[in-house]
Amino acid sequence: MDFQGSVKTDCIAPIWTVEAEGEDWINIAGSCREQGGRLVSIWGSEAGEGFFVQAAYVFPEGMLIARHPAVEGQYASLSDLFPCAGRMQRAVYDMLGIDHGGADKRPWLSHGMGPSFPLRKNPLPDQVLSEKDYPFVAVEGEGVHEVAVGPVHAGIIEPGHFRFQVVGEKVLRLEERLGYKHKGIEKQFEGMTVQEGAGLAGRISGDSTVAYSWTYAMAVESVCGVKPPERASFLRGLFLERERIANHLADLGALGNDAGFAFGLSQFSSLREDILRLNKQIFGHRLLMDLVVPGGVSRDLDMDAKRRIFEECEIMERRVRDLREIYMDHTGLQDRFLTTGRIAPELAAKLGLAGLAGRASRNAVDLRVDHPYSPYDRLEVVMATHHGGDVAARVSVRFDEIAESLRLTGLMLENLPEGQISCELPRMSGCGAGWVEGFRGEIVVFLEIEKGRVRRAHAHDPSWQNWPALEFAVIGNIVPDFPLINKSFNLSYSGHDL
Amino acid sequence: MYRILREILKNGIKTEPEPSPDSSLRVSEPMDAEMLDVLGKSLAIRHVDAGSCNGCELELHALNNPYYRLEGLGIHFVASPRHADLLLVTGPVTKHMEAALKRTYEAMPEPRLVVALGDCGRNGGIFCKKQNYACRGGVSGAIPVDVEVPGCPPDPEAILQGIISAFRA
Repeated sequence: MDFQGSVKTDCIAPIWTVEAEGEDWINIAGSCREQGGRLVSIWGSEAGEGFFVQAAYVFPEGMLIARHPAVEGQYASLSDLFPCAGRMQRAVYDMLGIDHGGADKRPWLSHGMGPSFPLRKNPLPDQVLSEKDYPFVAVEGEGVHEVAVGPVHAGIIEPGHFRFQVVGEKVLRLEERLGYKHKGIEKQFEGMTVQEGAGLAGRISGDSTVAYSWTYAMAVESVCGVKPPERASFLRGLFLERERIANHLADLGALGNDAGFAFGLSQFSSLREDILRLNKQIFGHRLLMDLVVPGGVSRDLDMDAKRRIFEECEIMERRVRDLREIYMDHTGLQDRFLTTGRIAPELAAKLGLAGLAGRASRNAVDLRVDHPYSPYDRLEVVMATHHGGDVAARVSVRFDEIAESLRLTGLMLENLPEGQISCELPRMSGCGAGWVEGFRGEIVVFLEIEKGRVRRAHAHDPSWQNWPALEFAVIGNIVPDFPLINKSFNLSYSGHDL
Repeated sequence: MYRILREILKNGIKTEPEPSPDSSLRVSEPMDAEMLDVLGKSLAIRHVDAGSCNGCELELHALNNPYYRLEGLGIHFVASPRHADLLLVTGPVTKHMEAALKRTYEAMPEPRLVVALGDCGRNGGIFCKKQNYACRGGVSGAIPVDVEVPGCPPDPEAILQGIISAFRA
């Protein structure tokens, strides 16, 4: 990652920044692809008289954030090198009106119902489009028909639209239309104090509230040049692993249920409830919202609470192991899981399949292992991977990760350092970034802060990488397996739509 | 099969008693008591996420776990608004979801009840602390609301209390 002018940030995670003018923009992307790196996120910003586009890549040494001036509001598309860039570039256009030069000019986050380019200092007036203005790709041929699903789905689930092209029961093509949950989060951040922003960051995606608030806090701390106290880092780790366990338990139950095994839902959802109730008793919030704050954490842990978490981990470990055996030996369940919604490792690598889903398709990426920082640098996290790439593989990785997170929880409690749980933050200006492995995959928050207030915030969810991959996963499967496949990825709508 | 039964027996019955209704959660005039009584005997709920962070949905899922006696109370979630007596709405109502929310409401047979869930459902919550170009700022700006349940997100018990308060005095 030897680029001229790259500067290491003060972030606790290994993050560099570089000004990429002219051809450097595309050369950095090319060099990243060659070295087997990945593109994480693309976003834009307005500064002074012009627009900039930024891209975050991961090289073997760490993350590199390249900033490129969009000359005359244009820049070169990265989607030929990284397919996941396509939708992110369309979103940059929707938010700021910077043209990506790619072929697909359809809007993505914008549904044409508010001001155009809302992140500009001076957005353009409202443009109301009709729903017919979004052209889906249609498949033609004998017996092919279209099934439109959403945005209101049949269950308790976030809204999004899915357009299936099917012949009989078989899916020929799926096209997603997201953005229904777009609630102007990045604009809301503007002008907030860094403390106010923490609450909003924790609500970008409710199931990843710890991951987002930690990432945000890390970005603030990197601007301020401070490191949180060791005890706070360990407590953050503890919260994050509890969040991971709770989410995986919910998914395992729901996956059983989607395959007709209601027993799984009752058992796993009870276990999840036990965790959430203990969270409430010890930390005051079931989902652990607002516990990670810039500078540290807001709640401490006493000896009694420690003991109760230990006891819970012990029970949890045994029960999940028993339930895993039941899942593995259940022929009906395995029949639905195996070979369903498969993304082969080669395709996963090409698409940049992220996080848990990536690991289930042999894409061995886990920030806690690749670039461990406190507390993970002292825990020797074991990464769970699988080569299957199907629903069964994603189930298996979840089971492995629960076991590992329970082990990490024990280690963190045993080695919990004494001392403060937060530190003072000086009022600073500058740019910073955070990078955390949430339960879905890597989350990135980029911040520009001016005298203690947020000037620009960008948050990236791994769902940006995985939503397009889901379209590949369902090809050739039957329509009734879609809920199962979708659940096995469990992607965020809110974190994606922002 | 033996192991499945063993797990069920080992785990035991988790069910807890339901909360009592709280009339302070009501924001509309209650409809005819006899009518409410009929609805309350078997209440079908359609949920619409109008832009939440997904936190409320997690707690709605939790409401379906064995700790809460939802089906025992005659309450169940349905897939179609045409089968629903009560519409449960989460989120600050994004402009992108407003049309879908209204259409879902209009598809429900009358009489119908609406519960707005969480701080976002009440007034847009954290997303609408200042002017927001993308949100309406609460469910009552889009459709009539009967009960509002505060919380970010409200606990399953609070959600259940809100639902019960919609049909029981």
